[in-house]
Amino acid sequence: MAAEMKFAKTHEWIRPEADGVATVGISAYAVEALTDLVFMQLPAVGKKVKAGESFGEIESVKAVSDLYAPVSGEIVAVNTALPGQLDLLGKDPYGAGWVMKIRPDDPAEMSALLDQAAYDAVIKNASH
Amino acid sequence: MTDSLLRTPLCTWHESHGGRMVDFAGWWMPVQYASIVDEHLAARNAAGLFDVSHMGRLAIDGPDSQAWLESLLTRRVSDMLPGQCRYTLVTSDAGSADGLAVLDDALVAREADAADGSPRMSMVVNASNRAAVVAWLRSRLPKAGVTLVDRTSDTAMIAVQGPLAVALVCGLCPPADAERIRGLGVYRATQAVVAGVPAAVSRTGYTGEDGVEVVVPAAEATSVWEAILTAGADRGARACGLGARDTLRLEAGMPLYGHELQATSDPFALGLGLAVNLETPSGSSREFPGAASLRRMKSHAADRVRVGLAFDSKRSAREGSLVVAAGGTADTPLGIVTSGSFAPSLGHAVAMALVDRSAAAAGTMVDVMIRDAAQPARVVPLPFYRRPAARG
Repeated sequence: MAAEMKFAKTHEWIRPEADGVATVGISAYAVEALTDLVFMQLPAVGKKVKAGESFGEIESVKAVSDLYAPVSGEIVAVNTALPGQLDLLGKDPYGAGWVMKIRPDDPAEMSALLDQAAYDAVIKNASH
Repeated sequence: MTDSLLRTPLCTWHESHGGRMVDFAGWWMPVQYASIVDEHLAARNAAGLFDVSHMGRLAIDGPDSQAWLESLLTRRVSDMLPGQCRYTLVTSDAGSADGLAVLDDALVAREADAADGSPRMSMVVNASNRAAVVAWLRSRLPKAGVTLVDRTSDTAMIAVQGPLAVALVCGLCPPADAERIRGLGVYRATQAVVAGVPAAVSRTGYTGEDGVEVVVPAAEATSVWEAILTAGADRGARACGLGARDTLRLEAGMPLYGHELQATSDPFALGLGLAVNLETPSGSSREFPGAASLRRMKSHAADRVRVGLAFDSKRSAREGSLVVAAGGTADTPLGIVTSGSFAPSLGHAVAMALVDRSAAAAGTMVDVMIRDAAQPARVVPLPFYRRPAARG
């Protein structure tokens, strides 16, 4: 995984790409915890979100979970292949299983997120 | 916090085999081991093992035990023979304005007679209602002639469900016991030695599959569980958690207390009239707590009835979701979802709901509000799933 990937406590990851856009997805830990994925609701391209706001849903047999924007910005792309192929999330959560791309209002917001080591510590402490 | 939760005799096994444990009705129970869908499909295609030890198991003995239950339960029991089980409601007339509170749904069984020839009865009740049912029954016990013992913590109960379930269990019994189990009709029970352990075995279940429920002493639970699982593992037998138990019973159209069935429910509106015998076979009235209210309910058809809803997507409605007319809004609901989930054997979401009679005909299209989005659904008959044509 790229060194500049950051994580939210709510288990979304964000990776800055070229042109000021960042890719957002769900961490491998969260995907593994969900199991039995059946449905995903993606946002519309162009939607503006604030950090911490829900931008979509992922549903397993047992429950629905919100997906939370790690930073504020405008959603510029969504992975339309994903809802019909949810196993991509488990197979390649940081690559083909990407969820959406966002143009952050303020790239500095990402520095407040958890780096890999800090996120690993969070999930180590989480009871399961 | 989890120290105050009750543990079944199989808890340690669940914990050491990947069980994801949760608090369920005050018990520490596995929701799943790896995948709810895999466990569900194992029960449909081979055999699923379920630890249902959390359910209340009550022994009601004494010369007047059968007659006492006849006077208390919605279902006739006075004509039950040893080895028969029946589905019943437990109703009280205490503390309710219109004289009826449905406390639980339960299985009542007549066991083999006691040595002195007295009948012996038993009941299996929901874990969530055990305390209330026991308190109610104890409040109605006569001074003599009937004893009530809660056997829950002395025993374990293992459900083995699926097309291979009966053969799997029979393979662990002496030949005469195996023959007797194979010959059990649904809702019939016997005693047998399973994996070397004396057990009560009933041809009952909560999945819509063939299978049995096996009650053994608590100390023997793990060895029996492991024997069944080991014997069936290479034929697809799997341990199944509460998640799969719920998707299986939902597909089979079976009610769950707290969802379809509540204290103020009209059992007839739910399609549970078979659990209510208002008369004896000769046509005279049966009296039991709540009978008068049930007579009124039966003669005055409820506004809302239970239906099945089938969705064309996998997005699930959950209990509490509003049912509205197709194209309608949440301002004018015509029903409410009582249970809902993705159905692994069907590939789409299903729900059970209470809806206005006007919308209850099979084929009616409705919308269900799922987190503010209207999802179309079709009213369908229950059950959603029927197992392929039965044993020969």
